[in-house]
Amino acid sequence: MKKSTSGLLAAVLIVVLGVLVYYTYEPVIEDVNLGLDLQGGLHVVLEAQEIEGQELQEDTITKSIGILRQRVDGLGVTEPNLYPQGDDRIVIELAGVDDPEEAVNILINTAQLEFWDEDGNVLLTGEHLTDARAAMQQGYNVAEVQLTFDDKGTELFAEATAANINQPLPIAIDEEVISSPIVNSVITDGRAVITGNFTADEAQELAVLLRSGALPVSFEILQKRTVGPTLGAESLESSLIAGLVGLIAVLIFMLGYYRLPGLIANLSLVVYILIVIAVMNSIGAVLTLPGILGLVLSIGMAVDANIIIYERLREELRHGKSLKAAIEAGYKRALSTILDANITTLIAALVLMYFGTGPIQGFAVTLTIGIITSLVVVLTFTRALLYLSGNISQNKKLYGV
Amino acid sequence: MQIIQRRKIYYIISLIILVPSIISLMFQGLNLGIDFQGGTLLQVRVEAEETTSADVRAALHDLELGIEYNVQQSDNDFFIRTTELTQQDTEAIISGLDTALGGVELLETEMVGGIISSELARDAILALIIASVLMLLYITIRFELYFGIAAILAILHNVILVLGVFSIFQLEAGMPFIAAMLTVIGYSINDTIVVFDRIRENISMERREDTITMLNRSIMQTIVRSLNTVLTTSVVLFAVLLLGGVTLEIIAIAMLVGFIVGAYSSLFIATPLWHDLSNKFKTKRV
Repeated sequence: MKKSTSGLLAAVLIVVLGVLVYYTYEPVIEDVNLGLDLQGGLHVVLEAQEIEGQELQEDTITKSIGILRQRVDGLGVTEPNLYPQGDDRIVIELAGVDDPEEAVNILINTAQLEFWDEDGNVLLTGEHLTDARAAMQQGYNVAEVQLTFDDKGTELFAEATAANINQPLPIAIDEEVISSPIVNSVITDGRAVITGNFTADEAQELAVLLRSGALPVSFEILQKRTVGPTLGAESLESSLIAGLVGLIAVLIFMLGYYRLPGLIANLSLVVYILIVIAVMNSIGAVLTLPGILGLVLSIGMAVDANIIIYERLREELRHGKSLKAAIEAGYKRALSTILDANITTLIAALVLMYFGTGPIQGFAVTLTIGIITSLVVVLTFTRALLYLSGNISQNKKLYGV
Repeated sequence: MQIIQRRKIYYIISLIILVPSIISLMFQGLNLGIDFQGGTLLQVRVEAEETTSADVRAALHDLELGIEYNVQQSDNDFFIRTTELTQQDTEAIISGLDTALGGVELLETEMVGGIISSELARDAILALIIASVLMLLYITIRFELYFGIAAILAILHNVILVLGVFSIFQLEAGMPFIAAMLTVIGYSINDTIVVFDRIRENISMERREDTITMLNRSIMQTIVRSLNTVLTTSVVLFAVLLLGGVTLEIIAIAMLVGFIVGAYSSLFIATPLWHDLSNKFKTKRV
């Protein structure tokens, strides 16, 4: 290739790259799925508690997940993550929850609705509910929950009211009486109203719980992490600033120390970061705080790959090789080192991804994506630019020698 | 530079810093986080300026929940560590503190039950062992056994030093710390391999020079790269340490110590070790 065509090619490449980065930067950043530690949310591991009368059936966990999912939908969370773990555990991950502690309370509530007679005998349960809605009592500033029963429930409710005229009919949730209305007449339309001492929000919560139904068994919290939105936003900001400051320092160092190859390294680095984030978005990976650290580390590895190449390149130049020969030899010799170094780290990252949980997994995922991307960028983009630069200028000073 | 000739000096330097680490690990142990011990950690922000951890402790004491707690302060944020709490107790603490201290925001809660914590500890140790074995295997296949052994010894050296720093200063060792530890291991191997790769290449060139000269030359050929890489990663980690907030602080410290020690050990410990190992065992065969 002639010098002038190479120069032109490089200029075109840099312009195209700049435009590409400019236009892809925003959509790529906007698509990032933030983890619960960066936008607030919760991670809970529940374990089913077997007691007499509530044994674990084959479908208990699946059923419970269905019920919990409805409750989560009632909370208005987008993209909830619920899955079974082992035989008797459920993992719930929700991001973007304003009050995660309250959400946990709603989730672990068994919400067993029962109508009792005066002696505490169960006359009717929430099993027969078809709907539950929160409403404000007409004309008063009192919240209530309106219940609708199915056919069987309507029948049972009519019997229950008939047997308890002018007597209280306590309504209990999880064995705690929340309202105890006096029955005035037999109710045959299958509708009931719970008025208790609750606010509009509490009525809304109760309606969600009753609508989703009672959990077949009660659950205990084995592990819980909740992050409020304030801390999430602060963590996101401080880690981004830290990452950016660190990155800029690295870019300046590379340019100052390695000159032209440093510029190539910096261009590669920008391309590299964009690709990593785009890959994470496309496979739906979530960016967590430890994930950012994994990203930072993989940037370090990417820079290291460049440093290995350029140190080798300088050595070849000092041996008196021509620039083109030095680039070729330097790149080739550095490659096996880079491969070995990255593969060993990749082994560690993959083991972590497999055995790690929660924060560690987030870290391992970004590190793995980072290492693979770094290798691809070094093998294609960096290499192409380096060979191209060898064609443009034969001035060894540009290579720091 | 006569690095290999002076290897005894480097061995002694390493021993001098290894011994207090090991003593501290034996007698003081690690300050395990709730991940590995079970318990609850609450992070709250108190609105009123000039609230001290003594105030928080007093407010907790007045709640009479009958639990033990440890309170640490960072500006207006307080970290309360206790035993496993139920949802009710957590709520009682938050509303109790809110009344007593005049406005409290719950920033974060973390609760790990006893069963989970022992599972996490088991998984973490398992991951460490499996990763180490696989990496040793890889190096043995790509290089030879003595390179592998020297690399693992150097890594052990680094791991003990980082653990030592965490033990001496009683920094909290939880799940993030394990991730940092594994990174240190991966990175140390990475560093050692760059040097060993060069040694292997120099061996194959079969110049007329003795092994010691060849090893010194290999170290000098890779030392600039080692320094530059440590410099760039340290800069990023320093930025994380200073600006990244409390959560990332612990990880950044572990990595910073590990990376610097890692670069040192791959040049001044791993290479001399390989020299001694291969000398001792290979000459006997001849």
